[in-house]
Amino acid sequence: MKVKQISVFLENKNGRLSEVTRILSEGEISLRAMTIADTADFGILRIIAEQPDKCLELLKQHNFTARVTEVIGVRLDDKPGALHEVMQIFEDNKVNIEYLYSTLMLSDDKVVIMFKVEDIDHGLDIIMQNGMEAITAF
Amino acid sequence: MIGDLYADEELERLDRDALRALQLLRLKKTVEAALLTPFYSKRLKGVGITSAEDIRTLDDVRKIPYTTKDDLREAYPYGLLSVDRSEIVRMHASSGTTGTPTVIYHTQKDLDQWTNMTVRSLRATGCTKEDVFQNMMTYGLFTGGIGLHYGAERLGMLVIPASSGNTTRQFNMMKDFQTTTVHATPSYMLHLYSRMEEMGYSLKDFNLKRALIGAEPHSEEVRQKIEELFDIDAYNSYGLSEMNGPSVAFECTQKKGMHLWEDAYLVETIDRSSLEPVEEGEMGELVLTILIRTGTPILRYRTKDLAAIIPEPCSCGRTSRRITRIKGRTDDMLIINGVNVFPSQIEEVIMKMPGIGTNYLIKVRKEGTLDKLTIHTEVGAELFTDNAQDLHNLRRRIVEELSASITIKAAVELHEPGFLPVQQGKAIRVVDERGSVF
Repeated sequence: MKVKQISVFLENKNGRLSEVTRILSEGEISLRAMTIADTADFGILRIIAEQPDKCLELLKQHNFTARVTEVIGVRLDDKPGALHEVMQIFEDNKVNIEYLYSTLMLSDDKVVIMFKVEDIDHGLDIIMQNGMEAITAF
Repeated sequence: MIGDLYADEELERLDRDALRALQLLRLKKTVEAALLTPFYSKRLKGVGITSAEDIRTLDDVRKIPYTTKDDLREAYPYGLLSVDRSEIVRMHASSGTTGTPTVIYHTQKDLDQWTNMTVRSLRATGCTKEDVFQNMMTYGLFTGGIGLHYGAERLGMLVIPASSGNTTRQFNMMKDFQTTTVHATPSYMLHLYSRMEEMGYSLKDFNLKRALIGAEPHSEEVRQKIEELFDIDAYNSYGLSEMNGPSVAFECTQKKGMHLWEDAYLVETIDRSSLEPVEEGEMGELVLTILIRTGTPILRYRTKDLAAIIPEPCSCGRTSRRITRIKGRTDDMLIINGVNVFPSQIEEVIMKMPGIGTNYLIKVRKEGTLDKLTIHTEVGAELFTDNAQDLHNLRRRIVEELSASITIKAAVELHEPGFLPVQQGKAIRVVDERGSVF
């Protein structure tokens, strides 16, 4: 149920991001989502890949500081209000969201939103209890 | 003209023989006080000195072993105290390489004697009671600020205890009170000049005549630059807290080296490897014995500062010999904006942080005219949590703890692995990029 997200520490320096995409491209990694949390002098790149273990391995081989972070991928209808519905459920059930972002493409007319929550098991329980769908992998 | 600039003409022009006799008398008194301290009673008895009478000539000082910073630390907190604690009226402290501070205690008489030296030093640069003295050195445990304060008051100057920093306020006061004399580090003087115009001031707003600069080794070029920029006289000074603080040595209006006040200090210059005396006039490590303090007597202190004694008499008529500018240090101490910092003090703070280990580099460089301390570290697997806040917190903790321990606001830069040079042999973790200007 949990999705493996690869988090990478990046300096804010020319060419670092393209270095990552080059490594992933050469390793034929299929990306499903990517987001950057940016601060003044460093960033945290977060990647959802079809082959997370290989993705992590490649980045580590190239001396990047990278690690697996577990997140929840919730499949939602592609319609207004769908995101709010899950947000409301999380709020009501005190699931604290640290960050979220959307994936790159629709799957079966559904959109997948990635959630990083404080207590992932609790978050997943809430999704299940409310009849919503969490993906296991891409 | 110079004749007006003595605080105590008789003492300052004492002929060399009489000066040596006075030194011997005071040395004996200092040894007598030292024998009352736990630290020296043991050490002096170890070399057969059990009473001041064992010192018969000035050369006998060489029977006494050197005292080092480590000795002072070992004697913390009361090992060097020679009087009852109730006699002590002030202490100054500096932090050391291992975090154990070194403490110097002063009796009222000690402070009075120190003040005599600062009055003498200020007079030698031409200061009078008509002058307005803005003291831009840090007040507090550091002796730089408070050290000249009391001498300036005794001399009758109007003293503005501005302390360091807050450039806007420094300019305001320089203008409003028509400051004639400032006391600051050379780099702060250059910093002031670089900010003057943008802060809306020009030289004609001020009445500045002289700057007393110190706490940082600097070159003759820097002094001349300060003099030209502000159209003033700039005087070099030397002091260290173990020897009271400012006014160990001070330039007179001749500006040809600093008079080391020999009635108050016994000076030796030694070879730092053999620890034998070097020829007068040759560069060596300054070794000082304070002759005017009994609260915390310190004998033959290895200052780690390199300088030469200038044997020729000064045209000003003072008989205390002069020393050259400090040419450098025999250890790895950094002087950052006038504050003495040992890399190990920084390392100690960094090592306390989880996940950094030895993975860091300390850089000191010039930012404008001021020194900037930056800690570079790599973010490896132990530090990285997917949470930017954790890294910000780590950085804030390093900055706060450094500020608390060495009073310097550092910057912390986080890098990807591979940034730091690969270490071979002895790790180099300190890079001073300031060049040789200071």
